[in-house]
Amino acid sequence: MYYADFRHERISFPDLKTLLAHASPQRSGDALAGLAAPDQKTRVLARMALADVPLSDFLSANFVPYESDDVTRLIIDTHDREAFKPVASMTVGAFREFLLADTTHAETLRCLAPGLTPEMVTAVSKLMTNGDLIAGAAKARIVTAFRTTIGLEGRLAARLQPNHPTDDLAAIMAATIDGLAYGSGDAVIGVNPATDNLDNTIQILQMLDTMRDKLAMPVQSCVLSHVTTTLAAIEQGAPVDLVFQSIAGTQKANEGFGVTLAMLREAHEAALSLKRGTVGNHVMYFETGQGAALSANAHHSVDQQTVEARAYAVGRAFNPLLVNTVVGFIGPEYLFDAKEIIRAGLEDHFCGKLLGLPMGVDVCYTNHAEADQNDMDLLAFALANAGVNFLIAVPGADDIMLNYQSLSFHDIVRLRHVLKLKPAPEFETWLARMGLLDAQGRLPADAASAAMQRLIAAQGL
Amino acid sequence: MASPFDALKHLTRARIALGRAGDGLPTQALLDFTLAHALARDAIYGEVDWNELQKALSPLSTIALTSAATDKQTYLRRPDLGRTLADGEAAKLPKGPFDIALVIGDGLSADACMAYAAETAHAVVNTLPDFTFAPIVLAKGARVALSDPIGAALSANLVIMLIGERPGLTTADSLGAYLTFAPRSGRKDSERNCISNIHAHGLTPSLAAQKIAWLAREALRLKLTGVDLKEAAPDGLLAAPTPTKALPNT
Repeated sequence: MYYADFRHERISFPDLKTLLAHASPQRSGDALAGLAAPDQKTRVLARMALADVPLSDFLSANFVPYESDDVTRLIIDTHDREAFKPVASMTVGAFREFLLADTTHAETLRCLAPGLTPEMVTAVSKLMTNGDLIAGAAKARIVTAFRTTIGLEGRLAARLQPNHPTDDLAAIMAATIDGLAYGSGDAVIGVNPATDNLDNTIQILQMLDTMRDKLAMPVQSCVLSHVTTTLAAIEQGAPVDLVFQSIAGTQKANEGFGVTLAMLREAHEAALSLKRGTVGNHVMYFETGQGAALSANAHHSVDQQTVEARAYAVGRAFNPLLVNTVVGFIGPEYLFDAKEIIRAGLEDHFCGKLLGLPMGVDVCYTNHAEADQNDMDLLAFALANAGVNFLIAVPGADDIMLNYQSLSFHDIVRLRHVLKLKPAPEFETWLARMGLLDAQGRLPADAASAAMQRLIAAQGL
Repeated sequence: MASPFDALKHLTRARIALGRAGDGLPTQALLDFTLAHALARDAIYGEVDWNELQKALSPLSTIALTSAATDKQTYLRRPDLGRTLADGEAAKLPKGPFDIALVIGDGLSADACMAYAAETAHAVVNTLPDFTFAPIVLAKGARVALSDPIGAALSANLVIMLIGERPGLTTADSLGAYLTFAPRSGRKDSERNCISNIHAHGLTPSLAAQKIAWLAREALRLKLTGVDLKEAAPDGLLAAPTPTKALPNT
């Protein structure tokens, strides 16, 4: 039982799960689940009570039963008590101040990560302002590599997402060339297939791999099919760089995606065995998003943000190259408006980084959410300042297959120019060779057009 | 001289080869995008003119009712209420039995309802003359699963819901059709069949009605809808892909 006293009143919270839910910033998904604080006063009193909770309480708290949930078992069984020691005696409130202190650096956070659980990390994030989340995440540095190196200081990578409603290969190629001409693609060229089947997946993989070869590009590609489809593609000898899977924070929610930890292990090993990486061998790519567990009715009454962070515990078990939250994709019943989407994007990035993940974000919204491109501009700038590893970009911010809006290739160029961020180093060299990056690290005014001509010629379009 | 970008433009409807104004979009491209978003927003916040729709459905008889989601904000925040009839509404429905109940719901696009629902409904009824139809139900504040309590109250063997789909930037007025055999509250999405993309640049109402009618006949013959019926469909009939990304369908 946890308490907060206010004037002559004592407000009590029966367990840590309820306390975390009530301490959460307002969002529609928690209200939909019946987990949100009944009023603003209770919300803040819950934070006051949370500030006094020892971090060690989280190691014995029951969020989702250990016996019936393999994600809980993963979290508990792999917890590194040695790494946890420096913060073991802190309360959540003291932990917030520790994270924000000038003396806490990237190395501190790197050593600490295996000692942290998702619940500890979301707890501290609930006491943080948006500015705290940006500053805190900016200290972390999680570097991964395959054919490019992602997450280095002073750099911002982009996933080039050339989706098409019928998986038309020429259309995907055209959108890819468009994105390359704007310097996107260093995180991955990643296609969400309209049809998740083996033949289709292999065709797209082969097209992208041939393109990479012709243009001598240091990039990795990925078709975001189900893990079982990708495994079958590997067996057929298809050029698979990365294995993708959507993951969530409980066993039941993962079952909703048709995925188990054993499947992920098998796929991870299969992809590693191909040894296709040149500067590193991180081969997994995961997407997550607040609301996924609730929409599968698999949230176990855990608040939306905390169950999301539990997905990061799944992710970190497989040394991924890339992880991103698809923050605004799920719709207004989970994140109602831009205020909720922006907050959730900053929370997810911060929590992922603290847990040691190479975190990126799909800065996005659907048409039935109270949000527009102006809001995405702000979230993108906030995340770029927070040192986000990569962002997702699509032609003109409009994904014509998934029917939602993300960032545009233009937005990536702008973020790099305004904040003086560079692409991944291997890709930077390639861009310079293509005339797509000048000595100042900028995309020259007419470069995209000239390079496009060469790219088109190379593709024979 | 044509820009090299133009060589790519015909390959896709994606917003490629837009050009640059510094790091921003050229003004025209920016305004085009903004207008498309505005149309989508208006479609979501628009209201169906139910009287107009009722006239368009004549001579078919209709019954109007509402879900428990009484305003747009509640509708967007509480999908559970959009799947439930408001208090007392079930009493408006005759107690069947009927072979087929046809429901028209506003969903997320009033524009789609106004543009294509009446024509599609007429075509469906005309294509299935050998079955008994309940009066057409006009449902405000509807999610797809609102057809479950409606179909159950009507004692219909099969319910067909025509509903406005979530607007995209390229199409703000797309209608979807969902078929559920033996409707009752709590049916899962996997127990339904769907025909989507009924709009000016997608399926025409008459072609959609043919597909719906094939599914309806088979559903009533085999006494099921959902994944098993989809498997039995001839090639191409249900070819529309289902886009997903990271998250399960809701």
